Amino acid sequence: MSTKASRFSARLMLAPAVILLLAWMLVPLTMTLIFSFQRFLPLRGGFQGWVGFENYIRFVNSSAFWPAVQTTIIIVGGVLLITVILGILLAILLDQPIWGQGVVRIMVIAPFFVMPTVTGLVWKNMFMDPNNGLLAYLWRFFGGDPVVWLSDVPVFSIILIVSWQWLPFATLILLTAIQSLDSDQIEAAEMDGAGTLSRFWHIILPHLSRAITIVILIQTIFLLAIFAKIFVTTQGSFGTRTLTYLIFQRVLESQNVGLGSAGGIYAVILANIFALFLMRIVGKNLDR
Amino acid sequence: MARAVTSQRKAINTAVAWTIGLAIFFPILWTFLTSFKTEAQAIADPPVWFFFDWTLDNYRVVQERSNYTRFLWNSIYIAGGSTLLGMIIAIPAAWSMAFVPSNQTKNILLWMLSTKMLPAVGVLYPIYLIFIQLGLLDSRFGLTIVIMLINLPIMVWMLYTYFKEIPGEILEAARMDGAGLREEILFVLTPMAIPGIASTVLLNIILAWNEAFWTLNLTASRAAPLTAFIASYSSPEGLFYAKLSAASTMAIAPILILGWFSQKQLVRGLTFGAVK
Repeated sequence: MSTKASRFSARLMLAPAVILLLAWMLVPLTMTLIFSFQRFLPLRGGFQGWVGFENYIRFVNSSAFWPAVQTTIIIVGGVLLITVILGILLAILLDQPIWGQGVVRIMVIAPFFVMPTVTGLVWKNMFMDPNNGLLAYLWRFFGGDPVVWLSDVPVFSIILIVSWQWLPFATLILLTAIQSLDSDQIEAAEMDGAGTLSRFWHIILPHLSRAITIVILIQTIFLLAIFAKIFVTTQGSFGTRTLTYLIFQRVLESQNVGLGSAGGIYAVILANIFALFLMRIVGKNLDR
Repeated sequence: MARAVTSQRKAINTAVAWTIGLAIFFPILWTFLTSFKTEAQAIADPPVWFFFDWTLDNYRVVQERSNYTRFLWNSIYIAGGSTLLGMIIAIPAAWSMAFVPSNQTKNILLWMLSTKMLPAVGVLYPIYLIFIQLGLLDSRFGLTIVIMLINLPIMVWMLYTYFKEIPGEILEAARMDGAGLREEILFVLTPMAIPGIASTVLLNIILAWNEAFWTLNLTASRAAPLTAFIASYSSPEGLFYAKLSAASTMAIAPILILGWFSQKQLVRGLTFGAVK
């Protein structure tokens, strides 16, 4: 179909994207790898020699490491649980015939388009503030003591904020997947006397399994990198320091570049584990 | 869906869906309402809902005090510039992979996807260092390049899935008629590809506008876009809810509107074509 000349020009058209992405990936990653084997403190003496794997060992052995891993797992897991379960329910609900479907859809999807710094600050101040927040007012109204959200239940608060932002994403993708479900199939099941629950278990959920997997993988990759919402709310204090935030603090705040780079390499490996699964699914899709 | 549903069930579904929808949308609505209150009304106990003296003061104060226009302009520059630059690079790449595929195409696509998965924090210091060396720190140009690069894989992927849907026979027919590569792209492909290109542009503007890792870490004041401008409200002085609301409303309104137009494309772009 294609001539030699057109094949050559096709390669030429592809080249800029490939070269740029290759450089974007290789140059900084190689630098991080090199730094990770150095004792490198830009503000306190700069380069102070090669240390082998010492940074990797120190990063894992530091008192901040395991709490950060724990926080990361709880936040990512919590948000996944909330967004996937509520996302499935919402997608099924929005798939039903309702009045004003378009408007409801828009309202449900809207949080995804709010920039992360706005999300963080609006929730922190206007909802979770223990004196003037709307939730505090609600608690007082029912005679309770206002919760100091971001210091009493900080991890839960972060999960809540992040879930609000990501629920629309899960809902939208699952809704798209549900809409591709053959309505005849559901009707047939209905005729056969299958109840709502059994229809859900035997038809809808299996049909959604691929979309759910994709939602989980993509969200995990993005959630591992959550930064701005923590940056503007707790700054990593009260046990909300995730792995990403810990590395950020090591690298930019305390400028211990060697140590932070070792952490960065850990983060890259971790993200790649999930990326591998995702790419396998997406790759299969390409073949069809 | 053509299933017959009793109107009673439809009414119940409607009520539930609207309640949940309003609950999810509420923080945005509340921010919008608060932006028209005075600072005292913004923290009034009990809260005031609709019946207060609506004022535009907050918008004026935010504008005067912090030079909002400069941040807005930076956001437009960075989101628009990175999208334009990215499209110039992504369109030829996606075109070539969709219409002149080789046995490496799949691997290249997947490899591009893998660069998107690179955690930003893992390369934060190198980029920071390169920016200092090249004098790009706190420059709009540097930020535009970085944001173009982080979104380039999504652009290529999304365009690829759209281009793939254009039937190859049309191109062959054009070739038979003696159309060269240039004519092929200009007169045959482009008109058919415009919807896909438009959706890609839309999604990319949204992603670039809301990007908040690099914008927070690589800017100080000159090049700071709206994400960083809003972050400056995290250490406030005195009463500021109404002003925070006004600033937030202005920062998210344009993207909310764009976002509503691009719901469907969002799915395709963010799942790399895996869900359509």
